[in-house]
Amino acid sequence: MELVPMRDGFILAAALFALGLIGVLVRRNVIFILMSIEVMLNAAGLAFVVAGARWGQPDGQVVFLFILSMAAAEVSVGLALVLELHRQYKSLDTDAISRMKG
Amino acid sequence: MLELLWLVPAIPFAGTLVLAVLGARMSHKSVTTVGVGSVAASAIISIFIAAEFLSAPPPGGMYTQTLWTWIDVGSFRPQIAFYLDALSLVMMLVVTFVSFLIHLYSAEFMRTDEGYSRFFAYMNLFVACMVTLLLADNLLLLYLGWEGVGLCSYLLIGFWYQDPVNGLAGRKAFIVTRVGDTAMAIGLFLLFHSLGTLRIQDLLHAAQVQWSTGSAYAVAAAALLLGGAVGKSAQLPLQTWLPDAMAGPTPTSALIHAATMVTAGVYLIARTHVLFELAPPVQLAVAAIGAATLLMAGFSALVQNDIKRVLAYSTVSQIGYMFLALGVGAWGAAIFHFMTHAFFKALLFLAAGIIIEALHHEHNIFRMGGLRKELPVAFWTFLIAGCSLAGLPLITAGYYSKDLILWSAGSSAAGSIGLWAAGIAGVVLTSLYTFRLIFLVFLGPVRTPVTRRPGLAMTIPVCVLALLSIVGSFDKAPFARFIATALPTLPEAVGGITETLSSIVAALAFLCGLLGAWFVYQRNPALATAMVENPAGRLLHRFWFSDWGMDWLYHRLFVRPVLWVARVNKADLVDSIYDGLASLVTLCYRVLSLTETGKLRWYAAWIAGGAVAFVAIVMFL
Repeated sequence: MELVPMRDGFILAAALFALGLIGVLVRRNVIFILMSIEVMLNAAGLAFVVAGARWGQPDGQVVFLFILSMAAAEVSVGLALVLELHRQYKSLDTDAISRMKG
Repeated sequence: MLELLWLVPAIPFAGTLVLAVLGARMSHKSVTTVGVGSVAASAIISIFIAAEFLSAPPPGGMYTQTLWTWIDVGSFRPQIAFYLDALSLVMMLVVTFVSFLIHLYSAEFMRTDEGYSRFFAYMNLFVACMVTLLLADNLLLLYLGWEGVGLCSYLLIGFWYQDPVNGLAGRKAFIVTRVGDTAMAIGLFLLFHSLGTLRIQDLLHAAQVQWSTGSAYAVAAAALLLGGAVGKSAQLPLQTWLPDAMAGPTPTSALIHAATMVTAGVYLIARTHVLFELAPPVQLAVAAIGAATLLMAGFSALVQNDIKRVLAYSTVSQIGYMFLALGVGAWGAAIFHFMTHAFFKALLFLAAGIIIEALHHEHNIFRMGGLRKELPVAFWTFLIAGCSLAGLPLITAGYYSKDLILWSAGSSAAGSIGLWAAGIAGVVLTSLYTFRLIFLVFLGPVRTPVTRRPGLAMTIPVCVLALLSIVGSFDKAPFARFIATALPTLPEAVGGITETLSSIVAALAFLCGLLGAWFVYQRNPALATAMVENPAGRLLHRFWFSDWGMDWLYHRLFVRPVLWVARVNKADLVDSIYDGLASLVTLCYRVLSLTETGKLRWYAAWIAGGAVAFVAIVMFL
């Protein structure tokens, strides 16, 4: 099986990461922010997998499993917070939730 | 009898306490009893003490009474002790007796004043402080009395405190004399530092032993004490407070600002005469200050139109004579003139008080006139005192004392023909302004109707003082001998002006002033107006009226710069450094807290930006 060249893999990972980051910065809805974070996490995972494949090591895939489980935990806590936010503010707009303003 | 000495200051002080604590609840009559009675008791005791002192002089011509040790710190052990010798006896006698007469007068003069008991509380306190000053055995106790009389002076000048002008005059007097008192306090520090004691007699003895004539220490100490004396006695350059001090009630002006307190400077110099003898330049300065002051104040007195201000300038001028006497070493003559001056100047003020009250608080002499028939008592006593002040030859006390000063100024080793001439010129001026006053106030047409005539309590004191103004010094030889037991006499005349010549010239000077005043104010009253009307005359009049522009000068020189500094520093220059630091920190806090928007995406952008910046730094640096 022909290996995907490492440079292309990293470019894809970087593009995904940038998309995720832009999503976090421009989206107002908390749900979409969480989804963008998922994209960023997967971009990081992809980078690990590509690097692991390049060196013929399983470590990249091991770390990806870690990232998956961490992402699952994050989403469960995150969604619980989203529910609570919606109950308190009747809104999921992060700009409206700014009680911590200095 | 001598052991009753402590009662002389203690009784008036007790009177103050009683009046201060209970005064508001006491009846008018009992206030009078306490206020006048305490000073009367003090005067009677003084007279008894004087009688015993003269009939059976204590050994050494002095008597010391130690009450208790005031402070006991190492070698610094000032005591509450009184020292009585010829000098302090004469001063005490004059002060208590004149005080008694003026208190008696005040009982009637102030009868309708709502601050009646307050007035007597202050006056009694003044007598207590003044006697303490005179009898003090050490300079610290003297300084206590010195400041005490200053306080009373301030309280009494501003007695009618509802008028802010009076309060201002009180503050001015207090602040200006404080300048001199500060110098005096430094002088006391210097004396204690270098001689190790403040007991006057020990100190004078130690100074004689340790210091040579003209040594720097002696000159500095004498100059600093002179500073105190100049402030208290209203001499050049600190004389500006006394004319304004006339804002106080007239008995106050008579007692404090004419007869007693203002001569404390003369007493101080006479008391510490040894220091001044050790410092010839300072002693020369005393004479020069006296001569300059007596002339300046004489000219100022010529053009005033407030009766009390004329008398105030006259007081400054007469104390100038005393300083002149001290400066040429005629210590006895200075004390002699103090005594006669206390009589006739107190009398002038009391008579002026009768006039002021009779004319419904009119002070302007140009609105008085023709009072000879209306107020005969005031006229005759004022005339007697005026003649004594101007020095009517042969029959008045003032003539003898001033004559002695003039002759000493002309003939003693320290004197000179210039000082003598200044004194003679002063006699012309004195006579001129005195008779100007008498002609304007008592002769001519009636300008303001008389509304009240003095009662017995005001008449008796002025009559007694009138008697003293004439006979006060008929026999000066025993007085001179007595005072010589405490103060060195002038060495034999070293030539210069003879006594007869000096007396004749002084008499002529008196006549000159009298005729001049008569010519200008009686013969052709238009002349006085014409003199003031022409431009040069008007300028001179304004110049003298404002006391040679001294107030203006001091206002420019001291008051305005201080006010300027105060205005500039109103925002606290030093504080603004710290305030600036605080506001810089506040500014930073404001800017930083702007970043705390509470917006999640904003924070995320910062985190991303920060991460990019870090990576860039790591990669490119």
